[in-house]
Amino acid sequence: MPVKSVIEAVREAMQEEMRRDERVFVIGEDIGNRGGVFLATQGFIEEFGASRVIDTPLAEASIMGIALGASFRGLRPIPEVEFADFLWPAVNQLIGEAARVCYGTDGRLNAPVTIRIPYGGGIRGGLYHSQNVEAYFFHTPGLKVVAPATPYDAKGLLKAAIRDNNPVVFLEHKKTYRLVRGEVPEEDYVLPIGKAEVKRVGRDITLVSYGLMLHYCLEAAEQLAAEGMAQVEVVDLRTLKPLDTETALESVKKTGKLLIVHEDNITGGVGAEIAALAADAAFDYLDAPITRLCGPDVPTMPFAQTLEDAYMPNTRKITEALRTLAAY
Amino acid sequence: MTQTDNAVELSRRLPQGIAADDLVDFYGRMVLVRTMDERIWMMNRQGKVPIAASGQGHEAAQLGSLLAAEKDGNCFLFPYYRDLSIKMSVGLTPTQVMLSFMGKAGDPYSNARQFPLQGADLEHNIIQLSNVVAAGLTQSVGYALGCKLLGDEKITLVYFGDGAASQGETHEAMNFAGVHKLPVVFICENNGYAISVPQRLQMAISDVASRAEGYGFPGIVVDGTDFLHSYEATREAIAHARREGPVLLEMKVERLMPHTTDDDDRRYRPPEELEAARLRDPLAILGAYLLEQGFLSQEQAEELKSQARRAVNEATDAAEAAFPPDAAELSKRVYAP
Repeated sequence: MPVKSVIEAVREAMQEEMRRDERVFVIGEDIGNRGGVFLATQGFIEEFGASRVIDTPLAEASIMGIALGASFRGLRPIPEVEFADFLWPAVNQLIGEAARVCYGTDGRLNAPVTIRIPYGGGIRGGLYHSQNVEAYFFHTPGLKVVAPATPYDAKGLLKAAIRDNNPVVFLEHKKTYRLVRGEVPEEDYVLPIGKAEVKRVGRDITLVSYGLMLHYCLEAAEQLAAEGMAQVEVVDLRTLKPLDTETALESVKKTGKLLIVHEDNITGGVGAEIAALAADAAFDYLDAPITRLCGPDVPTMPFAQTLEDAYMPNTRKITEALRTLAAY
Repeated sequence: MTQTDNAVELSRRLPQGIAADDLVDFYGRMVLVRTMDERIWMMNRQGKVPIAASGQGHEAAQLGSLLAAEKDGNCFLFPYYRDLSIKMSVGLTPTQVMLSFMGKAGDPYSNARQFPLQGADLEHNIIQLSNVVAAGLTQSVGYALGCKLLGDEKITLVYFGDGAASQGETHEAMNFAGVHKLPVVFICENNGYAISVPQRLQMAISDVASRAEGYGFPGIVVDGTDFLHSYEATREAIAHARREGPVLLEMKVERLMPHTTDDDDRRYRPPEELEAARLRDPLAILGAYLLEQGFLSQEQAEELKSQARRAVNEATDAAEAAFPPDAAELSKRVYAP
C-alpha cells in the first residue's frame, strides 16, 4: 500500500470526489493558481478549471455564505479557510446559518457543505496561526465536526464529509500535514463519520484524544509499556460531533481509568464533555479520578518557543500524567 | 369614449409585458395582503400572534418585482423578513399564512420552528433562512453561482432593507457578484429606518443605489410606492442580469407601521413624518390609479375588499382551530438523512 502524508490524503480525497461528482467544487483564497496555502488543491485548476476551483476575494464571511447558497442549489461546495484563526468572520454563516438550515426549515432544505479548516499549533504560529477552534462547533447542533489524525482517516473521512448531506467542519491539524505519514489504499473507500477507533489496545488506562495529540498519546503509551507500568488503550475520536461515546465508554469500563488529552483550552473543551459522560455512564467502573491534560486557558499558544512549549501538551507531559494515573 | 374603451386605450400604454388583467390581479393580491397584515397586527394585540413585522408601505415594491419575476418565469427569490406580500402572493393560502403567524403545525416554511414565514418554501422558489440581516445576500449570490455552474438560466432576486445595507456581508455579496457577473438582482427596500435609526445615521449618502458603481454594475433608484415603476424596473433588471450580470435596485418606500409588533415608533418618529408617509401608501396609490383609469370600478374594488375580508376571516377561524406542533417534534430533523 502506498505511503502518503496527511496533505496528500486530503488532496486525493477532494480530487477523487471532484472526478466522481460534478456537483463538488472548491472555493477559497489562493486555492487556484497558488494551489492553496498548504497546497491542498495543487493542480486542481489545471484539471477542473476556474469554474470549479474558485479563487475568492479575501473575505471569509462570503466564502462560507456563498458556499452555503450554492449548496441550496444542489451543489456540494468545499470552502477552504486558510487558517482556523481567520474563520471568525465566517462564523455567522457557519453557526448562525448553516447549522440551522435543516432544523430551521423542518427538513425542507439541507446544506451539504464541507468547510476545511487547517488548525492547531506547535508550529510557531503565534496567536493568529495556531488556534484550536473545535469547541465552538462541538457545541453547535446541526454541525458535524471531524478531526482526523492519520492520512488513512483523513482521506476516508473527508470523502464521507463531502458525500454527507449536512454541514461538516473538517479540521486538519497543520502540524500533521507533512509530519504524519501512513498507508493509504489506492482504491476508493469511505470511513463512517461518528465512529472512534481504538488505535492501541490496553487494559489499564484509557487515553482519549484526537488530531496531532493522538500521535503523542501513542508514543506515551509505548513509553508506559516499556516501563512496565501500564498497558494503555488509546482511543482516537476521529469525529468530535456526533461523538462516539460508546467506544470511549466501553474502554473506560474495561480499564477503570481515563485520561483525556487535547491541545484546545481545557475549559469547556471536548474533554470536559467526555469527562461528564464518563462520570454519568461509567461511574461504577472508575478506579481513579477522570483526568484531563489540555491546553491552558490562555488565548492560544504564544509565538516565543518557551511559551509555545509551555502551552503544548506533548509526549513527556502525557507520559507523566499516565504514570500518576497508573500509580493511583 | 366608454370606461372600457378608455381602459383598452390605456392598456396599450402599460409597461411592456403586462395587461390590465395583471394590474387587477395584483391589486387584488395587494388588498388581500393588506387585510391579512392588519388582521395579524390585531391578533398580536389579542395575544394570539407572538410577533409580526408589517409590510405595509412596501407592497408595491414587493409585488411589482414579483410580477416581473412571475412574468419571467425563471426566478428564485431570497426575500427578507418584511416581505409578506411576496411570500403570501406566490401561492400560499391565507390559512397557511395565518397558521404560520400563530405558530401552528402546517406552517409552510418551518412547521412553526421559526418566526412566521421564515425558513424555506421551495415549492414557490423561496428561501429566507434567518433574521440576521444580510446573511441571505451572500447565500443568494452563492445560489446564483450554483445556477451559473449548472448552466441554469435562472435569475436570483434578493431583497433586503436599508438596515442590511450597512452589513459587511452586503459589501462582500455585491463585490463577488460583480466580479463574477452573476445573474442577481439586489433589491433594497429603503424605508429610511433600521428599526429606530434613521438613514442619516446609517449612511452619509442619499441613495444606497450609488454604491453599485463601486461594484461595477448599475444601481437604480425606483419609486417603490409605485407598482408599475417597481414592475418596470425589475423587469429591466432581470433582463440585464441574464444578459450582463448584477443590478442593484433601490426601492424607496415608506414604513407605515412600527418595526414590529414589539416596537413603538412614537419614541423616535415624529407624527407629521408618519402623516406624510401615509400619503405615499402604495395600496391607495394603485387603487386610485385603477379607478381613475377605469381598470376597476368602485363596485369591483369594494368586492375585492369583501372577498379579502372573507378569506382572512376563514383563515383566522381555521388557524385558531388548528393544533400547534407536537412537543415530540423538538428533537427531530436536526440533521438531514
